[in-house]
Amino acid sequence: MEYRKSIGSTAFAVIAALGFAVVPLAHTSGYQIMLASHILVWGLFAVSFNMLWGVTGMLSFGQALYYGLGAYSVGLFVKHVGAGWFVPGMLVGLVLSVVISLLIGLLVIRVGGVFFTVLTLAFGQLAWQITFRWYHFTGGDDGIQGIIAPGILSDRIVYYYFTLAIVLVSIWLLRRLSQSPMGVLLRCVRQNPARVPFLGQSVRMSQLRIYVVSCFFATLAGTLMAGVDNSIHTDMLYWTTSGEVILMSVLGGIGQFFGPFVGAGAIIVIQDIVGARTEYWPLFIGILMMVIVLLFPRGVVGEFQALRTKLASDMGHAGG
Amino acid sequence: MDFSFIIIQFISGLTMATLLFLVASGLTLIFGVGNVFNFAHGSFYMLGAYFAYEAVSSLHTNFWVGILIAAGGAGLAGILAESLFLKRIYGRSEEGGFQLLLTYSFILVIDDLVKIIWGTEYKSLLRPAGFHGSLEIMGLTLPLYNIAIIAIGLIVVVIAWFTLTHTRPGRVARATALDRETMAAMGVNVPLTMTLVFGIATALGGFAGALAAPLRSVTPGAGIEVIIDSLIVVVVGGMGNFWGAWLGALILGEVMAFAVAIIPEWASVVSYLVMVLVLIFKPEGLFSPRQLRTV
Repeated sequence: MEYRKSIGSTAFAVIAALGFAVVPLAHTSGYQIMLASHILVWGLFAVSFNMLWGVTGMLSFGQALYYGLGAYSVGLFVKHVGAGWFVPGMLVGLVLSVVISLLIGLLVIRVGGVFFTVLTLAFGQLAWQITFRWYHFTGGDDGIQGIIAPGILSDRIVYYYFTLAIVLVSIWLLRRLSQSPMGVLLRCVRQNPARVPFLGQSVRMSQLRIYVVSCFFATLAGTLMAGVDNSIHTDMLYWTTSGEVILMSVLGGIGQFFGPFVGAGAIIVIQDIVGARTEYWPLFIGILMMVIVLLFPRGVVGEFQALRTKLASDMGHAGG
Repeated sequence: MDFSFIIIQFISGLTMATLLFLVASGLTLIFGVGNVFNFAHGSFYMLGAYFAYEAVSSLHTNFWVGILIAAGGAGLAGILAESLFLKRIYGRSEEGGFQLLLTYSFILVIDDLVKIIWGTEYKSLLRPAGFHGSLEIMGLTLPLYNIAIIAIGLIVVVIAWFTLTHTRPGRVARATALDRETMAAMGVNVPLTMTLVFGIATALGGFAGALAAPLRSVTPGAGIEVIIDSLIVVVVGGMGNFWGAWLGALILGEVMAFAVAIIPEWASVVSYLVMVLVLIFKPEGLFSPRQLRTV
């Protein structure tokens, strides 16, 4: 069963990757390429977030901090130093992400459960406040516009493949991590933290490790987004961004590795269709969140698999 | 920095502390009794402000009646939210995360409903008759309405303390916080207790929002600022700890009042620094007993 499940999700990954690879080859508009880039970047963000929540059981409400950190590292380098500093900005952002997530991680994992969630939210809002107020450095509420990657990356299609390559490699790495002994340990941290010391492992250390890893990939997603939208805004650091990535994960299903990616795609497509027609997008996603939490806590992919298992066992009964 | 400046900022800090305490005590009460962290608590605060505005501007009630209507309305909204939605997911595995998400969805829904009903523009509520002026003591000018808020806050603290320690409902609430199963076995209607506690706590939040409305303008989105400040209060004071919430509110209110006067641009950042310091040195909160550390 485990084996077949793994084949199923590998097949999903290959088909999805091929699908994204041919997007620019078909007769697509710049807008559709942008939409596909958004799905890729948010998909990476959601999958990295779910390593924390779905796998390890740490519901962070502050991942926007790292997403924004990535975007602002690129944006600030381009704004203050020059357009050629796009890629170095990405690297600096990733290094900063490791340092900051280590420091904040050491503080927030000392408290468990709900407190972890609440404190990550508080740190996220702190970062937002600083970015919002530090007008002459960050541009405050104006954000930063005109962020264009230099050289060959300035081409839309090249940048799309650049994004696709980074997202694919990152998701492959996260998938490897999730299936490694470390991944098993992380599930143990979620399901039975009291037993973790019996394995000679430390709950806190495992939590800190995955926190840093998850934040690293959230930052990476942020750096990519700076080049997709060519502009960044303080909203990327606001708590609603953290809420959105949670909604994507829970919509897709937090119990499956690719669930959050599916959720990200679904939310971005829905936002494209519904968001343009209503100013009450928050009301819509609020109700959506309520419906999922109350009625479909396993998410789209989780419910689909449950249905498939049920059908398979029904057919088994009919046949036997 | 002369003496009168210090006194005036101190009074302003006490006003802030009182409002923070009214919100944070409700938050801590819900957490203590029901083990639910109500992300949407700030939204009930905001609802209180709008209810008071509506009562005074269209029902033409007296200001103080409007405040009571606001508290009642917010409490009723809280009871509805708890009994229609939250109640359904008590006891589900990994309950904490989903409860948070449900209360998060309340924020989104309440915020937008407020925008639909009242629009996005600022609303203002005038101070009640007789509280426009200020009090002159020893050459100091103290705004009367702030003094009134502080006095009301003290009365609420005393009533809450008395209810929690000297009355049967208070004892039931505290006992439920300690052991739900035993209370149920003793014939206490635990689900009803949780609903009532939720209602009282959200009423306190709405009461605070209504009281604060003449000082701050009433806008949608006020809920999130308030919830962040009150969660800093409960982190500083210790979660689920009534007196901790009071002292946490006092500390944060005063720190914010002086920060606003000295470094207005960065005042909001200072309150987070208080939280970070507490987290570094005493993560369980200043006024909670030190807990055993796990590995």
